[in-house]
Amino acid sequence: MIILNEETRCIVQGITGKQGSFHTEQMLNYETSIVAGTSPGKGGQKFGPVNVYNSIAEAKEEQEINASIIFIPAPFAKDAAYEAISQLDLVVIITEHIPVHDSMQIVEYAKRNNTTVIGPNTPGIISPGVGKLGIMPTHLFDKGNIGIVSRSGTLTYEVAYQITNAGMGQSTCLGIGGDPVVGLNYADVLQMFEEDDETGAMVMIGEIGGNAEERAAEFIDKNISKPVIAYIAGVTAPPGKRMGHAGAIIEGESGTAESKINALKQAGVNVASTPSGIVDIIKKIL
Amino acid sequence: MGDRKLKFFEYKAKEIFKREGIPVPENYLALNEKEVHKAAEKINKPVALKSQVLVGGRGKAGGIKFADNPQDAGNIAKELFGMDIKGETVNKVLVEEKINVQSEFYLSVVMDRSAKKPLVMASTEGGVDIEEVARKTPDKIVKYHVNPLDEFMPYEAREIALKMGIPNQMISKMSGFIIKLFKVFKNYDASIAEINPLVLTPEGLIAADAKLEIDDDALWRHKEFVNLEETQKNEFAYVTLDGNIAVIGNGAGLTLTGMDMINLYSGKPATFLDIGGGASQQNIARAINLVISEPNVKVIFLNVLGGITRADDVANGVIDVLNSAESKVPLVIRLTGTNEEEGQRILTEAGISFETSMEAAAKKAVEICESLE
Repeated sequence: MIILNEETRCIVQGITGKQGSFHTEQMLNYETSIVAGTSPGKGGQKFGPVNVYNSIAEAKEEQEINASIIFIPAPFAKDAAYEAISQLDLVVIITEHIPVHDSMQIVEYAKRNNTTVIGPNTPGIISPGVGKLGIMPTHLFDKGNIGIVSRSGTLTYEVAYQITNAGMGQSTCLGIGGDPVVGLNYADVLQMFEEDDETGAMVMIGEIGGNAEERAAEFIDKNISKPVIAYIAGVTAPPGKRMGHAGAIIEGESGTAESKINALKQAGVNVASTPSGIVDIIKKIL
Repeated sequence: MGDRKLKFFEYKAKEIFKREGIPVPENYLALNEKEVHKAAEKINKPVALKSQVLVGGRGKAGGIKFADNPQDAGNIAKELFGMDIKGETVNKVLVEEKINVQSEFYLSVVMDRSAKKPLVMASTEGGVDIEEVARKTPDKIVKYHVNPLDEFMPYEAREIALKMGIPNQMISKMSGFIIKLFKVFKNYDASIAEINPLVLTPEGLIAADAKLEIDDDALWRHKEFVNLEETQKNEFAYVTLDGNIAVIGNGAGLTLTGMDMINLYSGKPATFLDIGGGASQQNIARAINLVISEPNVKVIFLNVLGGITRADDVANGVIDVLNSAESKVPLVIRLTGTNEEEGQRILTEAGISFETSMEAAAKKAVEICESLE
C-alpha cells in the first residue's frame, strides 16, 4: 500500500460540519486512525470518541498526528490547507470549487514544506484493511494487489467494484482530484506503486480534457516496469462540450481520448475499452 | 472547479485593463448603427468597428471593419449587426479609434495546468494566432513561470522583456505592461489575460485587443461580475446530443463512460446528464423528467453507482417519476453502490426491473431503442 498505512494518524479539519461529521463517522467505521478533529471555537468538545480542538497546533500538544483531511468550504480551504501543510506530512483536500489561484498556492506551499497533498476535489485515498481518508463507499473495495489511480470519483468506484467482484482487490486506491491544479500527478502515484511491494499491477483511470494522461504515458515509458492497465472515459464525447464539472472538455486538438489512448499504447500500457475490459486484462497478466 | 470560466467580451476586458492602468484605444460600445455613428463622431478620427463575440478568429471571419468617417461607420456597421460568426450572432459592436501600427507584440498570462503556476508568454510575433507561432517558431515565444507564493518583481518582467529581443529603449515600457497584465491576472482570478496584439504606435504601446477569462469558482470574491455570469445555474451538468438514448449518471467520469458504452453497442446518446454527488430523491426525479421532455429521447439509461448518492433515494426518485409521468419513455436502470439492497428492494416491490452491471444495462437500452425503430 502507499501513503495511507498503519503509521498514518489523521486529524479531521471541519469535523463538526455536515460533511465532516458524516464522513468522520464513516472513516471511523472503517477503522481508520482518526485521532482528532478541529473546529475553531469548539475546542474541548467530543465527536464520538474523537477529541475536538481549536487548531492543529493545539491538537498536536496532546496527540501524535501526521495527516489531515479537509472538509472546509472553498472560501476557507486555503487557510485550512496552509495550517495543515505547515505542520503535517499528508493533507487530503476533499473540498470542491476551490479557486484555482488558491490551489496553485496550496500546491506550491506544500512543495516548499515537503508535504504530500491529495486533491483538491478528490474522493480521497483508501488502503483496504487499513483505512480510508476520503468519501468513497467502502464495501466496493477489498484487500488485494492492484493499485488504482484516477482523477474521477464514481468511475473509480466502478472499476474497483469490478475488480472486487472478480475476486481480486486493491492495495491502495487514490483519486488525484478532478481540478486543473492538484497536488499529486499520476506519475507521482505510479512511481509509489512501482516501489510498493504489495502492488502487483496498477490501473490508471483517465478522462478527456487536459494532458495529464499524456504526461503520465511519457513517465510510464521511462520509469515503470510493473504492468499498467488504463481506461479513458469520454471516447465518444463531442468536442467543445463541457461534460460534467470535472474539467472534462475537449478544447481544440488537445484533451481528446484518442490522443491519450495513443500516448498510453505507445508507452506499452494495456488500454481497456470498457471497465470490465480492465478486469479481463488483469486476469490475463497476473 | 477551476475549469469553468467566465469569459468577457473585448469591451469589458478593455474596461478592466484600463482600470488597472493598461492603455487602450478610445472606444465606445454600440448596440445599433445610430450608436455607431454617434461613437465615431465622438472619436472624430478613422475608426475600427469590432464585432463583440467570444469565439476567436473574428477578424478572418470578417467581423472587423474600418471606416474613415461617421457616415461610413454607420453604413458599414449594418453589415456587422446580425452577422453570424462561428455560431455567435453579433449584437454589440465596439467602435474604436483606428491606431497607427508600427509593430505588433503578443503578451499573455495563463494558468499552466502542468507546471501548476502562472505562465507569462511574450513574443515579438503579435497580431497572429499564437498557437501557430508556438508550432512553427517556438523560440520566438518567451515563457516564464511565476512562483505563485512570491511577489512578481519588476526585474522578472524586465528579464522577460529582454529575452523578447526588443530595442533597449522599449524594455522598461514593455516590462511595465507585463507587470500590469500580471496584476490583472492575479487580482481578478483569471485563467487567461491576453493582449494580442500589443501595438507600438508613435505615441507608445497600447492594447489593441484584450482577452480575459476568470475562474467561476472565484466569483464569490468578484461580486461585481456575478450578474454578468452567463452560465445558467443548473443543478445538473447537462449536454444535449443528437442521438435518442438519454444517458444519466452520477459523476462526470461514470456518465462519460455510460455514454461511451451506449456508443460501443451502436446506440446514439441523446443527452449527457451528470446528477453529481449526493443527489436527492427529488434531484433524481427532476433529472429523469428533464430528459423525458427532450423530444428525440426514446429510451433512458440511468446509470448509478452510489457513493455519496444513495441507491434508495434513486429508487424512490424513479418511482416518483413513473407514478406521475404522462409520456412513457422506457427506462433502463443500473443501480448499485451505497444502500443498494434497499434501493433494489424498493424497485422490485414496485415491479421495476433493474441491472447491476453498467455494460449489461447499456446493451439493454440500445436493444430496446432498436426494437422501437
